[in-house]
Amino acid sequence: MDRKKQLQQRRIEIAVGLFVVLAVASLAILSIKVATWGMTGGQDTYTVYARFDNIGGLKERAPIKIGGVVIGRVTGITLESEYYTPVVELRINSRYSELAETSSASILTSGLLGEQYVGITPGFVIDDIAMLTDGDYITDTKPALVLEDMIGQFLYSQSDD
Amino acid sequence: MIANYLQRVGLRTFNVLATMGHAVLIYLKVVFGFSRLSIFIPLLVRQMYVVGVQSLLIILVSGLFIGMVIALQGYQVLVSYGAEGSLGPMVALSLLRELGPVVTALLFAGRAGSALTAEIGLMKATEQIASLEMMAIDPLRRVIAPRFWAGLICMPMLATVFTLVAIYGGKFVGVDWLGLDKGTYWSLMQASVEWQQDIGSMLIKSVVFANVVTWVAVFRGYHCQPTSAGISKATTDTVVQASLIVLGLDFVLTALMFG
Amino acid sequence: MIDKDTDNLVVIDSLTFSHGERLIYDNISLSIPRGKITAILGPSGIGKTTLLRLIGGQLEPDAGHIWFDGQDVPNLGRRQLYQLRTRMSLLFQSGALFTELDVFDNVAFPVREHTRLPESVINTLVMMKLEQVGLRGASKLMPSELSGGMARRVALARATVLDPELIMYDEPFTGQDPISMGVLVSLIQDVNQNLGSTSVIVTHDVHEVLSIADYVYVMADKTVIAQGTPEQLQQDNSEQIQQFLQGKPDGPVPFHYPANALHDQLRELAG
Repeated sequence: MDRKKQLQQRRIEIAVGLFVVLAVASLAILSIKVATWGMTGGQDTYTVYARFDNIGGLKERAPIKIGGVVIGRVTGITLESEYYTPVVELRINSRYSELAETSSASILTSGLLGEQYVGITPGFVIDDIAMLTDGDYITDTKPALVLEDMIGQFLYSQSDD
Repeated sequence: MIANYLQRVGLRTFNVLATMGHAVLIYLKVVFGFSRLSIFIPLLVRQMYVVGVQSLLIILVSGLFIGMVIALQGYQVLVSYGAEGSLGPMVALSLLRELGPVVTALLFAGRAGSALTAEIGLMKATEQIASLEMMAIDPLRRVIAPRFWAGLICMPMLATVFTLVAIYGGKFVGVDWLGLDKGTYWSLMQASVEWQQDIGSMLIKSVVFANVVTWVAVFRGYHCQPTSAGISKATTDTVVQASLIVLGLDFVLTALMFG
Repeated sequence: MIDKDTDNLVVIDSLTFSHGERLIYDNISLSIPRGKITAILGPSGIGKTTLLRLIGGQLEPDAGHIWFDGQDVPNLGRRQLYQLRTRMSLLFQSGALFTELDVFDNVAFPVREHTRLPESVINTLVMMKLEQVGLRGASKLMPSELSGGMARRVALARATVLDPELIMYDEPFTGQDPISMGVLVSLIQDVNQNLGSTSVIVTHDVHEVLSIADYVYVMADKTVIAQGTPEQLQQDNSEQIQQFLQGKPDGPVPFHYPANALHDQLRELAG
């Protein structure tokens, strides 16, 4: 092959190489700057359950937070067959495995109109209290605050006076 | 009269099925039909240049503008709810989940797909394909396979670049122009974008679309009437069919992944 | 069983072929002798090119056999067919050069695909072939920079670069000026003598081909209407053959496409 063809071939190879580098770099930036590595797979998790009287507008994949830090996701919402109480399946990152059984779960809203999430308040750890493990139920729960109910109650108590 | 009509419908159906069967067969042959690697790799690199590098400019420019437009429109809506902080997540999610792969696929069909069809059609019309066959060289391996693989590899790469550029376009409008807080833009985006779900869906979709668009393009070219009218019809068919299939499949994939 | 005798490289035996609903060959038989130049003459539009594609196994006949050196082409498996094709080459009417490769790479293409010869050997081989067709100086031109005659000479170099046993020419003289026609005629003769290969020329340029052909078949109306050496054909006084050889506008091959009588149509138009 003569020189001209070789040079042209080289130019093409370099251009394609740069293109590949550009694409890989883009993916890296997307991964680091734009996304978080989610909780739904890849990392070790454990699952606990919580019964709520009312879950309000909680959806699957809603975050679970302690003090605003995301520690897991809601992975399932079902109704218990006997009393028709909603049961929420919570998948929590194994990094946060030291949650006492006395911890409480409540359904909160971020901002006035924001999405709903599960907030967990860690319980005190005393000698004979075990940690939450896979399949346990969180017994201390607070239901979602439903705005319409609150307004209804407020109006009712007003008219009472 | 009715029997005649039915017969026509039957024949039509049969023809469509036969074409589809043929397409699937050729598809398998192309996907698994590597020629010698020492010959295949240089061909692949050359086609990646034609299909990928030469599509980069249109992808970059349209990515930038689409990102800017989404940010501008989104801001107008969000600001009336006092939720302009959610601009970052809105831009990122709409791009990663839908617009990135879909718009890339549509642009790719128009830019690279049509060119592939025309090139292969022209090779057929000028007897280059027949000539390869007579030289005992399989044109599927020598001509079609490198072009197909190049499209398959390049489109997800283009979609990634497109999405990133568009997110920066959105940042340019939202932060630098409309005065949103830079930290809010990025951190809320990061909080709501999840790698597997969102970047994963972008990659899966663009791989599927890459298959569809490239396949339609090479098949249309390989099967066109070897005349100038036939080639121009095949080129149009490529863009129309590839775009429609991409949009249809996008709905199916979205339903499967997020439904 | 037909004679698969060693004198003939290709034997076509009662071949029938139709394209869609149109019958193109009706039960034709012909044989192509080894080492000779065989011409197949006929008016345009009767599918002479189709015959070459049938021999190359690109098309499948409805019935009949095509024997190439004892192998029945239509019944070969893919692998055997490809094996067989390395022993033949077809010179397409347009030349069919690869537009993205220059002249040198076009000629080197079959060598690079089918052998693992070192680049220096390929270089020598290609330059020899280009020298033979007188285009060594054009090795760096692109196909788009060549005239029609030059493109055909490059295609000839490419077709002969692996020294095939059978070379088929599809209308090699069509649309050439007298000089390049003369060049092509002598090149075809050269190639045939130097390589000792068998040549088949499909054409309607009667005079050029009669000067080099050893044996001639004349085809018309879906079948072979005459055969023989060029001398025998010149003396044939069948009207159809003389019309074709001398290029008379009207005769058994009519000037008019079949239609109803002119005065009938005029009367219809008049209402």
